[in-house]
Amino acid sequence: MSDAPLLTVRNLRVVYPSDEGDFRAVRNVSFTLGRERLGIVGESGSGKSTTGRAIMGLVPEPGRVEADLLRLGDTDLRTLNERGFRKLRGKRIAMVLQDPKYSLDPVMTVGRQIAETHRHHFRSSAKQARAAALEMLEAVHIRDPERVYTQYPHQVSGGMGQRIMIAMMLIAGPDLLIADEPTSALDVTVQHQVLAIMDEQVRKRGMGLILISHNLHLVSSFCDRVLVMYAGQIVESCKAAHLSEAQHPYTRGLLAALPELGHRRLVLPQLQRDPAWLEDVAPLTDATP
Amino acid sequence: MNVAALATPSAHGWVRQIAGPVHRVLKVLFSVLLTFLGLTCVTFVIGRVIPIDPVLAIVGDKAPPDVYARVRAEIGLDLPLPVQYWRYLMKVLHGDFGNSVITSQPVLADLLHVFPATLELSLLALIIGVIFGVPIGVIAATHRGRWQDQVIRFGSLLGYSMPVFWLGLVGLLAFYAKLGWVEGPGRLDVGFDDIVPTVTGLIVVDSLIAGEHDVFVNALSHLVLPASILGYLSLAYVARMTRSFMLSQLRQEYVLAALAKGLSPFRVVWVHALGNAWVQLITVIALTFGSLLEGAVLTETVFAWPGLGLYMKNSLFNADLNAVLGGTMLVGVVYIGLNMLSDLLYPLVDPRARESS
Amino acid sequence: MSDVTLRADLGHWRGWLLDQAPGSRWQARLGRWYRAWLGFRRNGLAMTGFGVVLLLVGIAIFAPLIADREAATLQVLTQRLEPASWQHWFGTDELGRDIYARVVFGSRITLTIVALVSAIVVPVGLGIGLPAGYFGGMVDAVLMRITDIFLAFPRLVLALAFAAALGPGIENAVIAIALTTWPPYARLARAETLTRRRAEFIEAAELQGASHLRILLTQIVPLCLPSVIIRLTLDMAGIILTAAGLGFLGLGAQPPAPEWGAMVSSGRQVLLDQWWVATIPGMAIFITSVGFNLLGDGLRDVSDSRAG
Ligand SMILES: Nc1ncnc2c1ncn2[C@@H]1O[C@H](COP(=O)(O)OP(=O)(O)OP(=O)(O)O)[C@@H](O)[C@H]1O
Ligand SMILES: [Mg+2]
Repeated sequence: MSDAPLLTVRNLRVVYPSDEGDFRAVRNVSFTLGRERLGIVGESGSGKSTTGRAIMGLVPEPGRVEADLLRLGDTDLRTLNERGFRKLRGKRIAMVLQDPKYSLDPVMTVGRQIAETHRHHFRSSAKQARAAALEMLEAVHIRDPERVYTQYPHQVSGGMGQRIMIAMMLIAGPDLLIADEPTSALDVTVQHQVLAIMDEQVRKRGMGLILISHNLHLVSSFCDRVLVMYAGQIVESCKAAHLSEAQHPYTRGLLAALPELGHRRLVLPQLQRDPAWLEDVAPLTDATP
Repeated sequence: MNVAALATPSAHGWVRQIAGPVHRVLKVLFSVLLTFLGLTCVTFVIGRVIPIDPVLAIVGDKAPPDVYARVRAEIGLDLPLPVQYWRYLMKVLHGDFGNSVITSQPVLADLLHVFPATLELSLLALIIGVIFGVPIGVIAATHRGRWQDQVIRFGSLLGYSMPVFWLGLVGLLAFYAKLGWVEGPGRLDVGFDDIVPTVTGLIVVDSLIAGEHDVFVNALSHLVLPASILGYLSLAYVARMTRSFMLSQLRQEYVLAALAKGLSPFRVVWVHALGNAWVQLITVIALTFGSLLEGAVLTETVFAWPGLGLYMKNSLFNADLNAVLGGTMLVGVVYIGLNMLSDLLYPLVDPRARESS
Repeated sequence: MSDVTLRADLGHWRGWLLDQAPGSRWQARLGRWYRAWLGFRRNGLAMTGFGVVLLLVGIAIFAPLIADREAATLQVLTQRLEPASWQHWFGTDELGRDIYARVVFGSRITLTIVALVSAIVVPVGLGIGLPAGYFGGMVDAVLMRITDIFLAFPRLVLALAFAAALGPGIENAVIAIALTTWPPYARLARAETLTRRRAEFIEAAELQGASHLRILLTQIVPLCLPSVIIRLTLDMAGIILTAAGLGFLGLGAQPPAPEWGAMVSSGRQVLLDQWWVATIPGMAIFITSVGFNLLGDGLRDVSDSRAG
């Protein structure tokens, strides 16, 4: 990439203090992101969502975020207060959550929820916001925007809900979209449709995308690069195309566990965990390239 | 029917749109009917079965057996219980609760006469409770665990631990007797009686309609202390429930999503989370209003407030069982009505309830 | 020296209680209670409530030791309406009785009412809620309808009507309060049973041929008890307030019994000149009910944090 990276993360740490001592949910995570599609995979509890939320400044209460470097374009996220983050959210970074059933406000029409983002960031009139929202609905391939605009979240299907969510998050034109398992709550049949729509928008707008998922297959076929997380750390980072040459035994184990078409196995391979994987990897220093 | 309607929403949309609410209302009505029958059962049992011997109460214990038997037959006590209940139910449905022993008026007339006073008191208390209780509960939830939360939690705990009759006495002692800020017991000073014509029965409203400024000030000055005391109790309950509803709403994903699109926490809390909490709050407010009617029995006794509570209390001590049961029935019906109202109202705040499932 | 060994001993017990891999069912159960207690102890307000309740129980038990039983009912008409003094700590009432002694002995009445109501409400609630949840179907529908009907009643007013029909008195007050208090317990028991109904250990017991009654009593009741107890603690303040309200209206314990609500009522006539007669018993009601509410809130917090 020629231009400066969109997002630079170096040695990101997130700690949740508790009675039994501090819980380190994210440990020294480092990566940079250009206008590309980056996948983060890892099992449940490995710190994927926490990483995404740390970038948005949305780590919930007692949690603490530290980093050696955390930049969005030329903005240093570490020095931002809540107000500063608020200007960024929606406008420069946005987030699509897992299940539209829960992530849309059930008592507000979807149209108003989309328009709300527009009004908030552009101080636009109700009319302008409405027009922008309708346009956005069209952009995510919703057939009858006028009708959908007045519907409530429970009245739309899961796939449609997720498209509405995407519209709501992209209407203010962010540079970076974090999609946290955007399709795992959806029917298999609409998963691809939603991903395709997201992809289309990301390409058209020249955005960066972080796609968080459990699903190694999906990530490797959809993204340019893949990070594999285990217990709060990045254990593997490679081009999606080169995933088959992955080094770390955890990644290799995950790959081995993937079912292959036309290839029946008698024994499903089990992932053998090695306590050594839990040990801290060395944090990035200036010396490391 | 729903399968078809769901499959082709545009073709059969109107069916759903009409069938939904109608179905809902029918369901609510059915449950209201059942509860009402239960209510009459209970008052029937209290009125006809438990009392030692209603015949003796009429004829006296020296009456000859034939007089006794005649009276017994007259009031229908020789009939089987289900028949007695049926007769009772019919009377109740015609608004016949019998006559009051004290006033020798039909109980229903008495009740309608005293109820507006209670309504005035409890409505104002409810307004106080909601206007202050909801924001206070929201603030407690958003400051969970911090000092604001602690103060609010403790303050409302004191509220629902308070014996209302005692608080009333202490309030009278302080604000009426010692400080003289408010008027004492009763609804109006003696000189103001019967000046304004009754329209709604709420003197504060009626005096405004009649343009009687002095009466209004006097009535309000009588009303403000008992209403504030009851209002504090309802505030305590409303604030506690609001806090717990808000805490569960604030954990929802849509709150995270709203923050992620850049909204201010203020808007997320007061528009999105509170908008959802209202769905649950409506029922709570209806319940609060019901419990205010109860609180009124004690408060009215303390403040000599000529409402339903005082009427029931006085009837009680004059062994006027008809009047007591009539009052119980009235409160019960209002209670049921409020529940029904909240069931019918919450589609207004919850779009999910607008279609039946 | 012995202090050191004692401490070591305590440390040992602590370790045993907090053991992550308990060796016996008893150890596990005690450990669970101990952990709950540790959580509870950190909550200052809850501990205050616990203290108040303990104090109340202590006062009730040792009433004859800390106050003069005679003085509670003895009318000394020459000493009417005296303010607080060394002889009468809280002053005297309109019949010259010592208010301190009456308040102390009044705690017995209050606790008796609370205990009797609990003793009725819990078995009735379980008796209706357990079968409803366990058998489901028609049984459930009928039982829950009945519960809903009682739930739809205003508590004090129904209690009032019952008291009116049954006549005033402490027993009738208890019955009246119990009649309006049981429905939430039935609901609670039903809900708890429903969540446990399909649990494997219950099905295992069924397969072994245990009777329904036996399963309900030995498997399900113990599981329901914690939430029932918490609910009961939270309700106690309400029971006390209703009882005091009935007493205030003259429908509770009858004179000359030193019932707090009735004491407030009798002090009304002299409120403006001798404020203490009505105010002090009211304060006793208030403090007691605050104590129970604080305790109940604390218990609920502990159980919530364990569950979630
Ligand atoms: N608010 C919190 N307080 C304490 N610990 C938390 C909190 N949120 C998350 N954690 C812990 O941080 C770890 C990482 O959580 P995170 O949600 O980032 O995982 P994830 O990789 O997204 O998992 P999943 O695939 O299940 O979404 C988990 O072990 C979780 O228990
Ligand atoms: Mg996650």
